[in-house]
Amino acid sequence: MNRRTLLAGAVLALGLAGQGMAQDEPVKAGFIFVGPIGDGGWTYEHNQARLAVEEHFGDKVETVFQESVPEGADAERAMTQMALGGADIIFTTSFGYMDPTINVAKKFPDVKFEHATGYKQADNVATYSARFYEGRAIEGLIAGKMTKTNKVGYIGSFPIPEVIRGINSAYIHAKKANPEVEFNVVWAYTWFDPAKEADAAQALIEQGADVIIQHTDSTAPLAAAEKAGDVIGFGQASDMAEYKPSPRVSSIIDNWAPYYIERIQAVMDGTWESGNTWDGIGPGMVEIGEITEAVPAEVKEEALALKESIASGEYHPFTGPLNKQDGSAWLAEGETADDGTLAGMDFYVEGLTGEIPN
Amino acid sequence: MDLSAINPILLIASLMVSATPILLAAIGEMVTEKAGVLNLGVEGMMITGAVVGFAVGVNSGSPLLGFVGAALASALLSLSFGLLTQYLLSNQVATGLGLTLVGLGLSALIGKPYEGIKSPTLGDIHLPLLSDIPVIGPILFQHDIMVYLSIALVAAVWAVLKYTRIGLVLRAVGENHDAAHALGYKVIRIRLLAIMFGGACAGLGGAYLSLVRVPQWTEGMTAGAGWIALAIVVFASWKPWRVLVGAYLFGGVTVLQLNLQAAGLKVPVEYLSMSPYLITILVLVIISARGFHGAPASLGRSFHASS
Amino acid sequence: MRLEKRPQPSRLWTAVTPVLAVLLTMLVGGIMFALLDTPPLEAIRTIFWDPVFGEFAFYYRGQLLVKAGPLILIAIGLSLGFRAGIWNIGAEGQYIMGAICGAAVGLAFYPMEARWMIFPLMVLAGGLGGWAWAMIPAVLKVRFGTNEILVSLMLVYVAEAFLASVSQGLLKNPEGMGFPGSRNLQQYPSAANHELIAGTGMHWGVVAALIAVIFAYVLLARHLQGFNIRLTGEAPRAARFAGVQPARIIVFCLGTAGALAGMAGLFEVAGPAGQITIDFNSGYGFTAIIVAFLGRLHPVGILLAGLLMALTYIGGEAAQSTLGLPGASIQLLQGMLLFFLLATDVFTNYRIRIGQGARA
Repeated sequence: MNRRTLLAGAVLALGLAGQGMAQDEPVKAGFIFVGPIGDGGWTYEHNQARLAVEEHFGDKVETVFQESVPEGADAERAMTQMALGGADIIFTTSFGYMDPTINVAKKFPDVKFEHATGYKQADNVATYSARFYEGRAIEGLIAGKMTKTNKVGYIGSFPIPEVIRGINSAYIHAKKANPEVEFNVVWAYTWFDPAKEADAAQALIEQGADVIIQHTDSTAPLAAAEKAGDVIGFGQASDMAEYKPSPRVSSIIDNWAPYYIERIQAVMDGTWESGNTWDGIGPGMVEIGEITEAVPAEVKEEALALKESIASGEYHPFTGPLNKQDGSAWLAEGETADDGTLAGMDFYVEGLTGEIPN
Repeated sequence: MDLSAINPILLIASLMVSATPILLAAIGEMVTEKAGVLNLGVEGMMITGAVVGFAVGVNSGSPLLGFVGAALASALLSLSFGLLTQYLLSNQVATGLGLTLVGLGLSALIGKPYEGIKSPTLGDIHLPLLSDIPVIGPILFQHDIMVYLSIALVAAVWAVLKYTRIGLVLRAVGENHDAAHALGYKVIRIRLLAIMFGGACAGLGGAYLSLVRVPQWTEGMTAGAGWIALAIVVFASWKPWRVLVGAYLFGGVTVLQLNLQAAGLKVPVEYLSMSPYLITILVLVIISARGFHGAPASLGRSFHASS
Repeated sequence: MRLEKRPQPSRLWTAVTPVLAVLLTMLVGGIMFALLDTPPLEAIRTIFWDPVFGEFAFYYRGQLLVKAGPLILIAIGLSLGFRAGIWNIGAEGQYIMGAICGAAVGLAFYPMEARWMIFPLMVLAGGLGGWAWAMIPAVLKVRFGTNEILVSLMLVYVAEAFLASVSQGLLKNPEGMGFPGSRNLQQYPSAANHELIAGTGMHWGVVAALIAVIFAYVLLARHLQGFNIRLTGEAPRAARFAGVQPARIIVFCLGTAGALAGMAGLFEVAGPAGQITIDFNSGYGFTAIIVAFLGRLHPVGILLAGLLMALTYIGGEAAQSTLGLPGASIQLLQGMLLFFLLATDVFTNYRIRIGQGARA
């Protein structure tokens, strides 16, 4: 019982400290990473954003992070550790941290939590994610225009809504650009296993795909494309610029920096509020990496025009008429998909072959 | 559902490439185990080879030098295991697990400056004439040098074990170290050499990942390949050519399931990926049911001259 | 210079070597931290001292129990086998299968409220799951003489593939927005393994670990079966003459280890981890092997070793977030600790003779 009161006392003390600090003490921001910061993809970009935060605020902010935190009990401890250590805001950057974040947030009502890609919020837990499918639309367009074999290979990680959304978005826009196009989807069942990703890319290339789109984090598929020659691919999560100008013809970059800076600023100003942010190309959370000269000028122009129209909000990548894979109607002419359906997307659109495993 | 899209020739050719890292590591581990030493640290040695090979390859511009560096570094690392288990008589299971921890940690620290850069890689050698033979040409004669080298290594290990005195001594040490000692063989020295050979091979396997297969350095990139190599040795019941078959089978299952998926087939991925391990257990049961246990009799036991 | 086997392990060295190993680890680890541009003394203090005596020790002490609980529970089971020369290195697989079986029972009752029945049933199912998984190498060894090291290791991979399958299929949370992973058992009161006293880290798994320590101590020190186990490991031939049936020892040791590992898996999945996910197992089964050795296969030693190992994890995490040390350096530190212990261990069982002492 004694310890319980101690914990409560510490929380209270921190809460008071949190209010008192606005003037002189730097804001302390914590980051929980699921992989090593050197993974070159997902965690790498979150860490880049952390560094951008330090750059932007200088000594008005102090950041701490912990890498390779397993999802579950260890995550809960890592967050508690940071909260006890005086963090004012903690970013937890993997879906699997959802329940641990909610649990820890309950114990530290004065610490703000930001959970990436989840769907559970609380008074002091906000969620954020990026509309990667907007970027997928542009990749799809380029893929459709560039493929000569009319076969596009797609390496999926796990059959979860985010990945399925990406496949659908890429397919819709590839099909618009090239009605003959076909997608072959391979599930790697991993976010990061370079050797396996290379094997997956190889299998797709051998079956005739000359464009590879990946939703896994390593550069191995690009290396496989380079080795095969005459195959193109895209950077995923980070720019993967070392494979420019080909096979990497463009990329989707997760840019978390503007969001992190905005939220930390809100903590400083005392205006932080819980909510759900789902930003895309417009606000800059999703960036399209340079489209290289390996892409013909008119295709590049078209891709950039698509990017502009998505960024301005003029065009939504899921605009009807669209049917589901089984032929049933989904969106009527001119209708756009609502966020709820997109968030839980578990179906392919019409034209895609194969089944979504479960 | 277009099975015709799978080209069996390309499939075999690419599974050879994808199996090369585990083949190299497994043949090395087999020699170590033949000498009666169970080194569970293959994963740690592989990843050390991967990072050192990459670093040397980048700095020297020569992937071949990278492979040499990887072999040396991993042999050196395995020497720590050797000293502990052979001279200080520590338990091999625990020491092997410790070696994995050390290797994973060390490689990540060494690799920090090498993240996100490309290395020079090996080109394919198209053997003249031979590579143009239909069907077997692309399967057998259009690979990079390490693929050939790995097969040559299997042949060499087989020949040495079967026909030479060194091989005989090695097997004697693994089967009954006390008898071998009584006959005047230097049990500890032979085991140390076998351990270092295993380390060097694991290093080559790791470097093949970072210099050819992926090619890039990222933390934790071996992703369990070292443990698969251990399984292959068992599957092969400590016979060199079966190690080759085992590596191609284990590597092949992954390549095949990805190919089936790409062809639009619904594949029970988890059940396919557990199948090689089930087959391995079956093989173990069959060989032990036949009366001889397959494994070298002294496997995993410490040797001390006075005991 | 040569080694001479002691007739009996030295009691003095048994006590001294772990301390020596920790000191050596601190020394070499300190040099490593200095090379990484971190003040070495501060790093060592953060890892080894602060979690127990530092500012936030009130929180960390409980976390030490959370982390050490499963390690101790598994290691106790393993140590019985190791003492008898039975090398079960597949505890990770038994842990996974126990967690799956136990969680499946709990989820099958969802959302019924009957804690008095459901939770005990889950613990039972967890133990049985691990036991059954360990019986595979046991039966194969008894029946065919198959090497248990290799079979139990292979079964880890089979269990991992099975875990991936159920977390995306059979046990997937129907309300989980399509993400792999089961319902969160922490939010199902009848199945949750919560802290017994808030803030202490004490949950049923820790209680079970403490009971296992006592049970193993009594078994080994006072009970015939414990004597038989020790005899089988130390002098197999003598054991056979004494009428000990090796088959019974094999089945008993592997079965106990499997059941304890399975229960550890269940306590973890219903408590700290909360749900079955593709990679909810974080290597406890393998780390427990290290703990068993650090603890000298002695129940009390394992208790201390489990706490020490947990300390390096928790202190290591703290050092990462407060001093910015890379996670890999902590892994290296743990590897070093094990290596130094194994290296100094030689003094326990052997005497170093310099020159030509008389041979026994």
